[in-house]
Amino acid sequence: MTDASLNSSAPTAAHISDGGFSDFFALLKPRVMTLVVFTAFVGLYAAPGGIHPLVGAIAILFIALGGGASGALNMWWDADIDRIMKRTRKRPIPAGRVTEGEAFGFGITLSAIAVTMLWLATNWVAAAILAFTIFFYVVIYSMWLKRWTPQNIVIGGAAGAFPPMIGWAAVTGGVSVESVLMFAIIFMWTPPHFWALALFMRSDYDDAGVPMLTVTHGRKSTRLHIIVYTLLLAALAVGIGFTSVGGPIYLAVSITLNAMFIKGAWQIWRRTEDDAEADNYKVEKSVFKLSLYYLFALFGAIALEAGLAPFGLGGW
Amino acid sequence: MGLAREHELHKRRFSRNLGLGLALVGLVAVVFGLTVVKVSTEEFTEPLSTVPFTGADAEQ
Repeated sequence: MTDASLNSSAPTAAHISDGGFSDFFALLKPRVMTLVVFTAFVGLYAAPGGIHPLVGAIAILFIALGGGASGALNMWWDADIDRIMKRTRKRPIPAGRVTEGEAFGFGITLSAIAVTMLWLATNWVAAAILAFTIFFYVVIYSMWLKRWTPQNIVIGGAAGAFPPMIGWAAVTGGVSVESVLMFAIIFMWTPPHFWALALFMRSDYDDAGVPMLTVTHGRKSTRLHIIVYTLLLAALAVGIGFTSVGGPIYLAVSITLNAMFIKGAWQIWRRTEDDAEADNYKVEKSVFKLSLYYLFALFGAIALEAGLAPFGLGGW
Repeated sequence: MGLAREHELHKRRFSRNLGLGLALVGLVAVVFGLTVVKVSTEEFTEPLSTVPFTGADAEQ
């Protein structure tokens, strides 16, 4: 084949749009990754024993990369509904900047690198939990639960809850009550967080046919679910304050934040759809925003307790 | 004859290639740093096959 023939058959820039580095980076869901990085760091930092700072940083890097890889695989699988939903229409695949095949290859390759490197850097337990997290998010949540059951968010939330357990396992080489409780906080936090979002992003999930609770059980039932899950979350989040990763600072932060979260969830429950439409879902939006700060502050308090412990200040 | 050096493909994929190149350099740095840490720790034991054989070993 000559250069001329090769070039004549090649597609031109006019009808093909190659994804740049930023598009591939966007496949990793960087905003979700910040949560993964932060909670994994807290799990790693709060764990008993120590880890070399460089190994710890490398562990967090590959936990984040594994989380990002699962995000890319999620975008590959959900490309069809991402094209429908307003919130996701500008993602690299629906926008035509990255092909589905590229996203799949990218996600699989990064998953393998992340798991292998985490194993080499730390231990097999941490790597196995990371591998399971990717599997859970892609296969159990994206492929199976998301389009099948309104409990998709409840069970699927586990995928986002594993990072502190992985961080903990990277140091200790195992699983303990504390790491399971940190997992449980994120697991219980996810449903009210997402349902608040689903309430004000109403048409998106309806249009895509995703069986969100708002679609299958109605908005009134979703409001009830939010308050119930928030109460369960509060009990758990305050309870962890009495374990070895908690302490007076965590307890004070936890009680304050949970009181605010319960107040917001209570307001959501008491409102009717007409009330919400009248003020453009003001309360739902503020609770969603609060839920983001809530998780960061709660895990920040756990990190603070661990950081103060060497000075005899943190913990009980 | 190879592809023209200034083919538009190169321009189109510059950011992707640059990003990939930097990511690979980063990976090399990470593996190097990890190796240095691993061999510097007390837990590291050198494989027997790389330890030089001495006469004292034979007498034992």
